[in-house]
Amino acid sequence: MKETIEFLNQNIQMIYIVILMIFLGIEIIGRVPSVLHTPLMSGANAIHGVVIIGAIIVMGKAEPGNYVALVLGFLAVVLGTLNVVGGFVVTDRMLEMFKSRNPKEEKKSENNK
Amino acid sequence: MGTSILSICYLIASVTYIIGLKMLSKPSTARRGNLIAAGGMIIAIAGTIFLYKYNGKGLGNYEWIFSGIIIGFIIGVLIAKKVKMTAMPELVSFFNGMGGACAALISIVEFDYLYREHRMMDATLFSDVVHSGHYLAIIAGTIIGSVSFIGSMIALGKLSGKIKDYSFKGQHLFNIIILLLVLATAIFTYFSSTHNVNIPFFITVGLALLYGLFFVLPIGGADMPVVISLLNSFTGVAVACDGFLYDNKAMLTGGILVGAAGTLLTILMCRAMNRSLMNVLIGSFGGDAHKASGTKSEHENIKEISLSDAAMLMAYSKKVMIVPGYGLAVAQAQHTCHELEKALEEKGVDVKYAIHPVAGRMPGHMNVLLAEADVSYEKLLEMDDANEEFKSTDVVLILGANDVVNPAAKNDPSSPIYGMPILEVELAKTVIVNKRSMKPGYAGIENELFYQPKTSMLFGDAKKVLQELLNELKSI
Repeated sequence: MKETIEFLNQNIQMIYIVILMIFLGIEIIGRVPSVLHTPLMSGANAIHGVVIIGAIIVMGKAEPGNYVALVLGFLAVVLGTLNVVGGFVVTDRMLEMFKSRNPKEEKKSENNK
Repeated sequence: MGTSILSICYLIASVTYIIGLKMLSKPSTARRGNLIAAGGMIIAIAGTIFLYKYNGKGLGNYEWIFSGIIIGFIIGVLIAKKVKMTAMPELVSFFNGMGGACAALISIVEFDYLYREHRMMDATLFSDVVHSGHYLAIIAGTIIGSVSFIGSMIALGKLSGKIKDYSFKGQHLFNIIILLLVLATAIFTYFSSTHNVNIPFFITVGLALLYGLFFVLPIGGADMPVVISLLNSFTGVAVACDGFLYDNKAMLTGGILVGAAGTLLTILMCRAMNRSLMNVLIGSFGGDAHKASGTKSEHENIKEISLSDAAMLMAYSKKVMIVPGYGLAVAQAQHTCHELEKALEEKGVDVKYAIHPVAGRMPGHMNVLLAEADVSYEKLLEMDDANEEFKSTDVVLILGANDVVNPAAKNDPSSPIYGMPILEVELAKTVIVNKRSMKPGYAGIENELFYQPKTSMLFGDAKKVLQELLNELKSI
């Protein structure tokens, strides 16, 4: 019991973030039209590609002789990059098709130019 | 100094994820939202590479880091650019699996550090070496990441038709036992006092992979979108676990945001099919469906229509509604479909598309496909609007859709899809169904619509049939 309270106290900032993010995540996509479900899923998929940061840290920390960490870390960097790059490129490719077919949107982008 | 700048980088990144996701849920801002999130990601990655410090030292192994990023970048861009848009759900599943594997690998390497540390000490409990919160983050990251990885790969195989549904008696019990074993070995590892704590840990990893395999294998192929969305949120949680481990706010916010949004998206998808998530996951779908289709095969009075008749019928009607389904995607017929739409409009016919939220293999799949073929945005009607318009529609042309127009969802309480909202095509005057054969759809359920008097069938590959219809239309 004491340990649990201590643990909660030590990580109270993280716990705040977790709780707020849960509500924010739900709130943000609550009103998404079904047209955008696939791009949204794909975009969310790209965002969890932030895991690449962890891969870079694990790789950068690895000591020269520690082959387990070096090899697995390297693999993690490759896979994480795949996730983040592939995720954003695919999402952009999907949305690109939406954009040019939407006359309102075309007008907007013309105005921007 | 560097570390404080890095914190600000992470703050900026977190904000861009939130703004990005928010903008992604509106058609007009979606693309910009994606780019903003990508920009934030670049800031976070660059900041980590150059500014990250642990124990006062910067990161090493730059040659490994950069070559890894370059390899991943090239492969990622190539795959993302080359793969056809019809295979999009597979792509999302693939990249999601990579993220899951990455999260699991990070946790495994972190475990390895602790293991080495523990090995140097004599006969202490593993729990003395590692803080309980950190162990929890490591083990949760490993298990969830592994399940997400293997599950995504299976989902990928199922979507591309390489892996068939597989289930056996007592599978649910078997899955629960595996899951309990995963938890048991994870706890055992923590309280183990042997030198070789890596053995129970790797058994945990192996069991988690096994669980992922048997978790997805029995779920029907038609439910893969839901599974991918769920695994997407799993990966988010795994990433958040690693973020917790490193006290890294960018990973934590990104991971939790995706975990929460992904879970809601999964529930929204289930709701579109009027099923509970439990029902999808337990996967009673496949089993029951075969029984149901057996009892109803006595109808035999299907009516076929010739191409020229179909073309004539559409050319002389006021309003035609096209209902696209997976058959259209498989045949890559979206461009031909748009041609047909234009040809009909030239003859003064009002053409619109009725899009069921779960048509195809993913929600929004049809919208993306039709958008690729230049179909105007306003022509795509969502289910409720479409159902209003069917009353005044002369001809409904169904292209490779099946379960989303099955009246059994409304009329037959024994049907496994009973209660799912459908496109009520039978309100229209005539219905033309294009299918490759009379084989039941992906869910394996017989469709009564095909036997109704106002329905006529047009067998063949969607692209070929549309092309021929187009030729017929031009000769009228």
